[in-house]
Amino acid sequence: MLDISNLHASIDNNEILKGINLKVQPGEIHAIMGPNGSGKSTLANVLAGHPSFTVTSGEATLNKENLLKMLPEERARAGVFLCFQHPVEVSGVRLDHFMRAGYNAIQKSRGKEEMDVLKFDRMLNEKVQIVEMDRNLIKRAVNEGFSGGEKKRNEILQMAVYEPTLSILDEPDSGLDVDALRIVANGINQLRTPEKSIILVTHYQRILNYVVPDKVHVLINGRIVKSGDKDLAKEIEERGYDWIETDIQASK
Amino acid sequence: MATINKVVHEVAEQQYNYGWVTDIETESLPPGLNEDVVRFISAKKNEPEFMLEWRLKAYKHFVSLLDKEQRPDWANVKFPKIDFQSISYYAAPKTKNELGSLDEVDPELLKTYAKLGIPLEEQKMLSGVAVDAVFDSVSIATTFKGELAKQGIIFCSMSEAIQNHPDLIKKYLGSIVPYTDNFYVALNSAVFSDGSFCYIPKGVRCPMELTTYFRINAQGSGQFERTLIIADESSYVSYLEGCSAPMRDENQLHAAVVELITLDNAEIKYSTIQNWYPGDENGKGGIYNFVTKRGKCAGVNSKISWTQVETGSAITWKYPSVILQGDNSIGEFYSVALVKGYQQADTGTKMTHIGKNTRSTIIAKGISAGHAQNTYRGLVRINPKADNSWNFTQCDSLLVGDQCGAHTTPYVEVKNSTAHLEHEAFTSRVSEDQLFYCQQRGLSMEDAHSLIINGFCKEVFRQLPLEFAVEATRLLEMNLENTVG
Repeated sequence: MLDISNLHASIDNNEILKGINLKVQPGEIHAIMGPNGSGKSTLANVLAGHPSFTVTSGEATLNKENLLKMLPEERARAGVFLCFQHPVEVSGVRLDHFMRAGYNAIQKSRGKEEMDVLKFDRMLNEKVQIVEMDRNLIKRAVNEGFSGGEKKRNEILQMAVYEPTLSILDEPDSGLDVDALRIVANGINQLRTPEKSIILVTHYQRILNYVVPDKVHVLINGRIVKSGDKDLAKEIEERGYDWIETDIQASK
Repeated sequence: MATINKVVHEVAEQQYNYGWVTDIETESLPPGLNEDVVRFISAKKNEPEFMLEWRLKAYKHFVSLLDKEQRPDWANVKFPKIDFQSISYYAAPKTKNELGSLDEVDPELLKTYAKLGIPLEEQKMLSGVAVDAVFDSVSIATTFKGELAKQGIIFCSMSEAIQNHPDLIKKYLGSIVPYTDNFYVALNSAVFSDGSFCYIPKGVRCPMELTTYFRINAQGSGQFERTLIIADESSYVSYLEGCSAPMRDENQLHAAVVELITLDNAEIKYSTIQNWYPGDENGKGGIYNFVTKRGKCAGVNSKISWTQVETGSAITWKYPSVILQGDNSIGEFYSVALVKGYQQADTGTKMTHIGKNTRSTIIAKGISAGHAQNTYRGLVRINPKADNSWNFTQCDSLLVGDQCGAHTTPYVEVKNSTAHLEHEAFTSRVSEDQLFYCQQRGLSMEDAHSLIINGFCKEVFRQLPLEFAVEATRLLEMNLENTVG
């Protein structure tokens, strides 16, 4: 599925990712944890092709296809979905129209039939239930006037609509209260299948109580310095990140 | 950033799709402006004496302004001084006789309009749209005339109206925009060749959209048309004008005048889709679109609404305005102006509140790409007797790329303390993050731009009659289309 090797990336000539190695198999959920500024969000954005970042060396392939050579929309069409940490507003564009435009662009690129308004509407009616979202919200402009929680739910809704091969969730839990967190986590769990993979970037262990990861990686200063299973996340919750850094220093 | 610059570059270089020339024999005057030219045009049109006199007065006024060099220079546009002696003031496709029906129209002309997507054969027309087609200086065909006449509606070319309805012309022509109004109006009043005339009688709701389609074809000619719409008491009409021109290296002058008048309880909805040739990617050629449009809500409870989608012209200079004279009257202005390449637009509106409880709404959306400059200029004036008048103004600008400019110049003059005014304005850029968000959902860079821009214009598009809203959306998309590949 996803194969990242020795990935280096920078922004404005500052190197943020300093050699990332990561393999994700179909059906797996990998949690990427780390302190602020460690490069977690950069990794998510680089994989989706954000134009602000420059990949200086290394490789990233999805099912043997070179992701790094593709335009952002080509990556989306290849099955990469980025759940944004800070989704932007697109004023005047209705959310349901926006989703249908993207959905059909992807369908078209795959030589599949585009979906008409009625069918798409029916599909949305089902999908909104996954994130317990207010039906009226999808008739409003994309993210305009949405609360923080509504924006996050909207991202998960879109993930449900697009059914991506690889979902990269960039802090889907940030700024959520307990109830909203549970709803978002439930949504993610419902979208888990044996074929699809998820990379979940998070600062806190909290969400991992609901979405149980297969692997947990700790990203510090642009490198994955420690990997383990869900227990590693619990340990971080108790002891913070400092001990890991101390361990690394000691082993040098 | 590199990809964005590429798209912006392509947006700026998008080509014009209406740039071809119709091969047709034209009768035109040699370049030059003098009293004889004015007399020639009037004679050509078989006009009554009062029209000629009016034209000559306008001509004298224009010459005096020209002698004193009183050209309007306050707009935020730059262009070389126009030599009014180098323009031909009359051009018309050669016809054998008076046209009795559409069958007698030159097939080349019918083909021209078909190519523009405007079939003039009535059986092929969308039901519910009547068209007056103006080619260079003359109106060549008006459809559905008979059907409209059954309800007492007059929809014909200005030349015909001058001949057949001189009383209405005497009463209303120049009553809202007098020939002394400004430099270009004086010129237009002297040499205008044709245009559309429309009268909706008392209590009649016009059953179809009325449309005038203007096409400049001849080289070296100016186009000066005049439109007059009169909505009598308790009547309603929705009117649309469209326009295009061939691609030529020279700049062509288009100086039109539009006058609207609503009597008690009447309403006029006037929509424009302006797509004159904007010039090439280096700013060479294109139409100078210097137009004066004004409506007067003369009656109580009457309403005038302007909606414009402006994508063409090298330079646009126009301010569709409303004089709110009748108590409780309503004026509206909805505008989208998209400029790219080296286009310059200075456009906006004037709302003059005279009557009590008058209300006006202004929503102006300016989009600039390439090296283009876009200026919103507006005036809201509340006169001393306009008690409880109300205005809402919103003027927003969207920048695509970093070589273009957006300017906003709103003026407000309030002389009555009971007035209520609101003003909102913002300027934004199509951000990298917005584009990336759309692309991440599978949309191409180009589709992402057009989605964001259409969203920005939505409030204005909503005001257009349905079939034209679709056309406007398509026009914007076409203007943003990446033709370079």
